[in-house]
Amino acid sequence: MATWKKLIVPIVITPILLLLAYGFKTNPRQVPSPLVGNSAPPFALSSFDGGTTGLEQLRGTAIVLNFWASWCFPACFEEAPALEAAWRAYKDRGVMVLGVDIQDREADAKAFIERFKLSFPNGPDPQGRMSIDYGVYGVPETFFITREGTIHYKHVGAVTTQVLQGKIEEML
Amino acid sequence: MRNTFLALLIAGVLLARWASAIFGIGLEEQAQLLAAELRCPVCQNLSVGDSPSEMANQMRELVREKLKNGESPEQIRAYFVSRYGEWILLAPKRQGFNWVAWLLPFGAILGGVGVIGFVVHRSVSRSRAPGDAQLPPLDPRYASRLQAELKEWGQ
Repeated sequence: MATWKKLIVPIVITPILLLLAYGFKTNPRQVPSPLVGNSAPPFALSSFDGGTTGLEQLRGTAIVLNFWASWCFPACFEEAPALEAAWRAYKDRGVMVLGVDIQDREADAKAFIERFKLSFPNGPDPQGRMSIDYGVYGVPETFFITREGTIHYKHVGAVTTQVLQGKIEEML
Repeated sequence: MRNTFLALLIAGVLLARWASAIFGIGLEEQAQLLAAELRCPVCQNLSVGDSPSEMANQMRELVREKLKNGESPEQIRAYFVSRYGEWILLAPKRQGFNWVAWLLPFGAILGGVGVIGFVVHRSVSRSRAPGDAQLPPLDPRYASRLQAELKEWGQ
């Protein structure tokens, strides 16, 4: 009986500690995307300036697909200049930067584009189909799609120049 | 013959109504059931069915559209898992490590019942102990006195 009493405490506590250790090891805010390493879902984006583009048309081009919203402050405000700079630096090297404006008003989105002088194509996702197809949780999120159409990397939060440069170079 | 036919007809109609009530869930109800199984991505403690957010609303619309297009609930669940991972399911699949989440509560309940049973059993045994336990032999002086007093009471 005494041996059993000595054993019962470690028998009960050890699994609980192991479970807690497993839980503390993982970041609850970071949910890995099942899309990374797989084919990017096809999309068709109608930009605010009237043009249309899609994944099929961009085959052979590395894509930086950024989901944003004008109300997303400060993260979307912080990353907008970095995205514009990346577009200007890499547009002649087979890279396309695309902005997808989600859950937003058109006037506010256009004002945002004007404010940051964004020259890369930006378009709305009125039904949210594209954001659901890409498993978007919130804004901003940025997907790096290779020339072959595979999702190379997903960045959650404001994307920096360093991340943009690094990931684009990896894809080229 | 006519009565038999009438009885069969009534039984058939009742059976069909019963079957449709049990199995024939409407599209809207099916969409609501599916939405209740999905976790809202922007308000993580609510289901897509309960969340008032725009994203949850868009997801509900997508579920309805997919059901209208003839996709089965399994296909729709698989679609959301392929986009968001298993995280999107409020109830984890019954496989692998997920079994811990399914079985631990029952294990804890059983363990608790076991502990309560053990404690109750021990306290009951202790309360009975004085009657059952082997008492030390009575001092002969008190034994003779006890016998004398018992005789006195008996008279």
